[in-house]
Amino acid sequence: MKIVYDGSMDPRLCKSVLGETIPALAAEDPDFIYLDADLMNCIGTAKWAAANPDRAINCGIAEANMIGVACGLAAAGFKPMVHTFGPFASRRCYDQLFLSAGYAKNDITIIGTDPGVTAAMNGGTHMPFEDMALYRAIPGATVIDVTDPTMLISVLRQCKDRPGVKYIRVGRKSYAKVYAEGSELPIGKAVTLREGTDVVIFACGILVHEAMQAAKTLEEEGISAAVVDCFTVKPLDEEAVLAWAGKTGAVVTAENHNRIGGLTSAVSELLARRCPTPLEAVAVEDCFGEVGPQGYLQQRFGLTAEHVTRAAREAVKRKQTK
Amino acid sequence: MDENRKLKAFACQIRMAAIEAIHAIGSGHIGGALSIADVLAVLYGREMRYDPQDPKWPERDKLVCSKGHAGPAVYGTLALKGFFPYEELKTLNRPGTRLPSHCDRNKTPGVDMTTGSLGQGASLAAGMALGDKLRDRDSRVFLILGDGESNEGQVWEALAFACAKKLGNLVVLLDWNKRQLDGWTQDVYPMGDFVQKLQAFGFDTVKVNGNDIDELVPALERTRAGGERPYAIVLDTVKGAGVQEVAEKVMNHSLPVSDEQYERWTKALEAEKQAWEVEA
Repeated sequence: MKIVYDGSMDPRLCKSVLGETIPALAAEDPDFIYLDADLMNCIGTAKWAAANPDRAINCGIAEANMIGVACGLAAAGFKPMVHTFGPFASRRCYDQLFLSAGYAKNDITIIGTDPGVTAAMNGGTHMPFEDMALYRAIPGATVIDVTDPTMLISVLRQCKDRPGVKYIRVGRKSYAKVYAEGSELPIGKAVTLREGTDVVIFACGILVHEAMQAAKTLEEEGISAAVVDCFTVKPLDEEAVLAWAGKTGAVVTAENHNRIGGLTSAVSELLARRCPTPLEAVAVEDCFGEVGPQGYLQQRFGLTAEHVTRAAREAVKRKQTK
Repeated sequence: MDENRKLKAFACQIRMAAIEAIHAIGSGHIGGALSIADVLAVLYGREMRYDPQDPKWPERDKLVCSKGHAGPAVYGTLALKGFFPYEELKTLNRPGTRLPSHCDRNKTPGVDMTTGSLGQGASLAAGMALGDKLRDRDSRVFLILGDGESNEGQVWEALAFACAKKLGNLVVLLDWNKRQLDGWTQDVYPMGDFVQKLQAFGFDTVKVNGNDIDELVPALERTRAGGERPYAIVLDTVKGAGVQEVAEKVMNHSLPVSDEQYERWTKALEAEKQAWEVEA
């Protein structure tokens, strides 16, 4: 694994990465099977799927059934990977995920595209700020908020063979390039992107880029901020979180998700028990989504580098006045 | 005819076994367990391919009892076929049991799928049938649905899927026992004509007396032909069938079973079973 972050965008769109990786996984593993709910054209799998009807199952616009079918396929010996938009991959089929997959131990991977503000022009109905909260509440589930296209490839491969219910949330468009192509990002292992001594920013998904930008600004102000990529929101890398919280004494969490139930909750639940530390959250403050360009929505919901910078200053201040 | 008499005796045994389990814990989902005893007798006594010594054998036929609360009838059948000791039926719902109220594939040898949240078994069965088809297995998947359960939208998503994907190795057995927890389905939530609905979805559909082995045997036998259309058999049944006292009680979804009732019902079923056996 190599970190190559310089603030520039990765030229690969995540939808293209999905469109290439899913057929590749099918070619490599005869047990792999892909299911979608009429959104194959959104991730570039439709053409391949049409030519491979035994490897790609279009389940129509019926997500609850799709999850059940995927679980039945798992029981028959397959390794199903399911895709639909984030809200339909979580809320729409939650009891099926909880019972048919989790409780019944039918191991499946679910890709929820366009999480949080990345749903942009599809608006509030399509904008899940709670998908990670729902998945985190499934015992034994794996929850991943993807940082960049290289990570996407790595976690898709790992999830295929990983037991339990695995949820990968990822936007379809472009991401800042963080990792060198070919890097492997082991699930459950947070990545320190930047060392620091005054405050640590635990970030995931699109907020990793914002956190890195914020750290640069903070450095200019004389605040040394560490940035840790907590892409595996569950199981959280507790060792890394405790170590960095202990070392810096001030914490910021940053996520494209409701403050309730996602990374902020995961980090807070750990720190409150094991290492109480001043913590500021950059997250959606208990709101529904709305329509607009992603840039507008990041401003609207407080998910920019500027918001991370302010939160870090506040966390540092609280540490000093403790 | 002799074989059918044996199956009728087996159905009596299944009813006794389900009552054994429910009586041991004091009460349980008796009505919907009794209504499917006959179809279970034909499935496990004749139609299905399985190996009690190797319950996870991939080439076996599978049963998904989507109305998972009928677990006691399924457990009775499996115990009688040697998947686990008959005495274990008395552990139903006890702490640490392998026989929970609703079917659990990770707990009970021979239970092919976990069910209980109504409607979910339908999609699971469709996925299992698709998986067997893609694996070129000649095994079949039998799905028992409740009529009350069919209130759930997921049931109809799954049925549409089964027809769209031409799952001729799937056999849907709809237990039309006409009652759900709150009373008669016609009063609680009328669903219309199941035969017409299933036909319209694309199923090869027949209706039989689901408490009559003589009608069940040929109806199930013809599903062996496979093909491109999934099969549906609407089982015209009585909730509580086989124990008149239960059948006559309208609200019989879940009932207590006293020691006295247990003795009386078991004695009557034993006599009926012996009658079928003697004349066989």
